[in-house]
Order: sequence, then C-alpha cells, then structure tokens
Amino acid sequence: MQKKNIEIWVGVFVAAGIAALVMLAMKVSNLAAFTSRDGYDVIAHFENIGGLKERAAVTVAGVRIGRVKSIVFDDKTYEAVVTMHIDAAQNRLPLDTSASILTAGLLGEQYVSLEPGGDEKFLKQGDQIKLTQSAIILEKMVGQFLFSKAAGEGKKDEGTAP
Amino acid sequence: MMDWLQRLGHSSLGVFERLGRGNLFLLRVLAAVPSLVLRPRLVIAQLYSVGVLSMTLILISGLNVGMVLGLQGYNTLVDFGAEESLGQVVALSLVRELGPVVAALLFAGRAGSALTAEIGLMKATEQLSGMEMMAVDPVKRVIAPRFLAGIFSMPLLAAIFSAVGVLGGFFVGVGLLGVDSGAFWSQMQAKVDLQDDILNGVIKSLVFGWVAAWIAVYEGYDAVPTTEGVSRATTRTVVHTAFAVLGLDFILTALMFGND
Amino acid sequence: MSLNNDDPLIVKIRGVKFTYGVRTIFDNVDIDIPRGKITAIMGPSGTGKTTLLRLIGGQLRPDAGSIEVDGQNVHAVSRDALFQLRKRMSLLFQTGALFTDLTVFENVAFPLREHTRLPESMIRDLVLMKLQAVGLRGARDLLPAELSGGMARRVALARAIALDPMMIMYDEPFTGQDPITVGVIMQLIRMLNDTLGLTSIIVSHDVHELTMICDRMYMIAEGKVMGHGSPEEMKGSASGWVRQFMGGLPDGPVPFHYPAPDYAEDLLAGASRT
Repeated sequence: MQKKNIEIWVGVFVAAGIAALVMLAMKVSNLAAFTSRDGYDVIAHFENIGGLKERAAVTVAGVRIGRVKSIVFDDKTYEAVVTMHIDAAQNRLPLDTSASILTAGLLGEQYVSLEPGGDEKFLKQGDQIKLTQSAIILEKMVGQFLFSKAAGEGKKDEGTAP
Repeated sequence: MMDWLQRLGHSSLGVFERLGRGNLFLLRVLAAVPSLVLRPRLVIAQLYSVGVLSMTLILISGLNVGMVLGLQGYNTLVDFGAEESLGQVVALSLVRELGPVVAALLFAGRAGSALTAEIGLMKATEQLSGMEMMAVDPVKRVIAPRFLAGIFSMPLLAAIFSAVGVLGGFFVGVGLLGVDSGAFWSQMQAKVDLQDDILNGVIKSLVFGWVAAWIAVYEGYDAVPTTEGVSRATTRTVVHTAFAVLGLDFILTALMFGND
Repeated sequence: MSLNNDDPLIVKIRGVKFTYGVRTIFDNVDIDIPRGKITAIMGPSGTGKTTLLRLIGGQLRPDAGSIEVDGQNVHAVSRDALFQLRKRMSLLFQTGALFTDLTVFENVAFPLREHTRLPESMIRDLVLMKLQAVGLRGARDLLPAELSGGMARRVALARAIALDPMMIMYDEPFTGQDPITVGVIMQLIRMLNDTLGLTSIIVSHDVHELTMICDRMYMIAEGKVMGHGSPEEMKGSASGWVRQFMGGLPDGPVPFHYPAPDYAEDLLAGASRT
C-alpha cells in the first residue's frame, strides 16, 4: 500500500515536471522557431546596418518570417553582408524584393523589413536581395536636419542681405 | 611566512586529494548505474525522497520569485513605458538563470543535505558495512539510485520552478498591475527561444543536478562515521554545492549566451 | 554446506600482521577455527577483535600473512568469489546494523531479495521461519527504531541466518544487554549453531558468558595470541595474561597504571619545583 503511494507520488512529480517543460516550450517560447530550422538563406548588402543584431526579426508586412542569421563585413565593397534565414513556408518572395532596416518604435530593436516586388521568379537559397535601404541613424538625421536648417537660414540671410 | 606557505600547501594538497577521491568515487557510481536498469524500483523510491519531497519547496519558492520579478520588473519597465515587455523579462530571467540556479540551491538545502545525512548515518551505524558483508555492494544498492534520482529530478524541479514563476509573474503583472495579458504572452514568446533559452536552461539544470547529486552522495559516503562527522558533511554538501553551482553557472552562461 | 568439505578447520589464519596507521594491531597471529564449533576470541578492549572479524570477512586486508575461509584465501580471490564467499558467512555487528528505513520483515528479507529470485510467498515463509527462530515473528511490522537493543540483535541474527550461511561471526553480542537478554542471546547462539550445523565465532570480553557456551577460546592481547584451548584448559592456564583476563584481576600483565615515571620520583619532582 505504502509502496503504491510512493509510486503514485513519483508519477505526479514526473508528470508535473514534464508538464512544466511542455508549458515552457509551448507557452513561453516560440515553438515555431524550432520548425524554422529548415528554410533557406538569402543575403543582402547594406551600407550601414545601424544597431541590427543577429537573431533580429525579418518581417514582411510586419509579420515575422525569419531571423537574421549572420552579419559580416565585406572588405571589398565596404558593406555589411547580412544573411537572413527565411522560414521554409515563405517561399514565394519575388526576386526583386527590397530590404530595409527599420526600428520598432523610437527606441526599440532594429529589424529587417522586406518589401515584395513584382517579379515572377521567387527568392531561393543563396540569392541576393539587390535593393536595400540602410538603417536610419538617428544622429545622422539630427545632424542633417540641423545642417539643412542652418543652410536654409544661410540662404535666407543671403537673400535679405543685399 | 614559511608557516603560512606550508599551511597553504597542506590545504591545497587536501583539496586535490578530495577532488581525486571524489572523481574515483564518481567512476564507481557510474559503473554501478547500468545495474539499475534491472531494478528501476530502487530509483523510483529515491525519486520520491529526492524529487517529490522537494516539490512543495520548489513550488512555493518559484511562485514567490516569479511574483517578485513581476513586481520589480514592472516598476523598472514602467519608467520606460515598456511594461509590455514584462513577460519577456520574467520568463528570460527564470528560464535562463533563476530556474536552474535557485532550484539547484534549494535542492542542495532540501534533498542534498538529506542524502548526505542519510548515507552518512548508514555508514555510522554500520549499515553500509553490513551490506558489504551480506555480499551486497552499497555503491550499487544505496549510492547509485540516489545519484541517478538526483540527476533526473533536477531538470524537472527547475522546469516546475520556472513554469510556476512565469505564472507568478503573470499573476502580479497582469492580475494586479494591469499589464495587457496578450502583450505579456506575445512579447514573451517573441523573445524566448526554445533552443537558445529553454534548452540551455535544461542543460544547465542537468549539469547542476549532476554536480549536486555527486557532492551529496560523495560527502555522505566519505563522512567521518560519527554524529559530528555526519553533521559536518551535511554542511559541506550545502556549501560546496552552492559554490559549485554558482561557479558553473557563470561558466555555462558565458559559453551559452556569451556571444549574443 | 559443511558436509561437502572434510577439512575440520573452517578458518585458518596464518602469520597475519595488520597495522592501523602507526599502531600494530596484529603481529604474526595464527588462529584456527574448527568447523561446527563455537569459538570465542577474547581480549581486552582495543585489541582489535572487531578488526579480526573484518579481516576474515575480507573488508580489511592484512599487511602480511594469509586468511583462508573454507579453503579459499580471502584476500587472493576475485571480488566476485569474495562476494560468493560472503554469502556463506554472516557478520553480526555490535549495533545490529539493521536498515533503519525498513521494517523488521524487510530487514530479514533483504538478503533473500538481493541474492535470490524466490517468489514473494516463499520469501514470506522463509522470513517468518527465521523470525520464529529468534522469537520475533510477532514483531515483523516494527521499525528498527521501535526495538530494544536486545531485540535489534535478534532481528540482526535472523537476517544473518536468512541465507543459511556456514558461519556466523558475532561482534560483542552481549555488550550492554540486561542479564535476561544475554541469556536469550546465549541460548540462541548455541541453538542455532547446533541445529543449523553452523560454525560460530564470538568476539567478546565477557568471560563468564563465553566459558558457558563456547567450545574453544582464543585470548588475544598486544597483537599476539596469548593462549588458546577449551574453557577448562584456559582456566588452568599458566599464562599470566590468560589468568588475569579469565579471573578479572585488576593488575597483572595488563597493568593497572598507565605507563608513567616512578610514582615517588614524580611526586618529589613536583615538590622540588615549588
């Protein structure tokens, strides 16, 4: 009788442990990430990637379809080469899709947004996305803004001087 | 000065000797593990005293830690208007660090010390010796089942700790502080990776379970067979396990999440 | 078991030397244990009587000399052979060494469960038989913590005979027991020895009890055998050691005084210091 009770309790313990593991896998993590292990890689060259990190999201129309796999620097073109891993299910991205690096919110993480083009052919393993738009660097923008403002006022001064 | 050096040398030699004996002992235990396949009941009985009896402590602690994380995380995040990320903060802290580490520390205090005391007392009362004289190998009959039960229990206890902790964080964040329930879960799911976070957490707890169970059974088996010797061995189990777990955690974290 | 071997000696100890750290426990000890008899090994406290039993059981290894049990050299055979040998000899520890987490029944069943594949019903019968032999069949559901010291020893005895060994070694079976329990244990040792055809070795310093039940006696002191023979021979022994021990005399070869400088000189040394 006692032996039976012990076994029941051990059963409860093991079941609870496994249930906890399953909950962590299903509810807490993105189980989808596991299936996305098969898929295909595409690359894109960017002049500047800003703060983009590996494992950042790759989205189309705001929906995550993959992750940034690696970021390396190409010392011939002086550009960043970003390899993106796209889920196998998303195999109908046109060849002339464009990629841009955007920021989620003002201070959020940076991610790659893909904009589908109109080509009949689709991207496949190893293809390169030709049209890219670099990350928007806040400092540069502020700098440009101030510069154009200053330049504009300079013109105004010129105009009124004579 | 010479005196001091000699003492240093003496104690380091002592440490190495203990380490060596501990490793030899581990080999004996591992050699005995296959024989347990024929007698799973021995392991089940130990799973009860190692796992089931630790469950209450793990459940309560996990819930508490999760609730505190929810509260503190919210207070910090709300300043940045990022309270939606609460789920992510709570889940990542638990799954990566607090689950495996705190569960291992609690395990050492609850189950590890009990294992050491039990084995040490069996040695002190000549039960182990008696077993040997009955042609039964105590390493096979007494030590190996406890070691295996420890390794097996640890990931389960850590998972229960993390899962209950996430629920505790959810309860405080969503239930009391008004974080949006959908955002709580979706932010969590977006950032917690099955392989990088959850699997690594499970690996961590397996390593911790291995170390905690090893220390516990070794200290018991190596205890001086007197009342005082057993009580010292019990203390050593808790202290050494805590050091080992914290040290290993740093190394494992650096290896797993270091290049992120 | 004893039938298939004609050698009248079951244990032969030859020239055994054993040191523990810097202390010499045994120095060139020869002991013969005759088959089917009760042999007592006596000696003052701290002479390593328990150590001798552990040497016979193969838990300790002598520095020199050999120990043969039933024709096999305990320290030369393989581990498996040693375990096979141990199944045929039991050691009854001073404390009983019962498993504290198991009931009396399970304690006695332990060797059977470990070493045999008998069905549960047969194990039950065997256990009850052994418990009946020591008079504790009614105590089968108690835990060791609920037993008196004498009962714990009887349970340990039942466990020791569970596998029908050829030899039982008793480590201080009478120590700390009341006279009734001592009487019960004495009777059990004699009865089990004769009815089961066992060989018994008793390590003790209770001379009175030993002379009543044993067939042969060995007296060990200072690492050596000081005398041996039947109880009658021992009583009439010429050895000062044996006479002091058998008679319980306060002074003799075992000195009353711990080694010290001369008494008078010691006192005078104190006086001259002031």
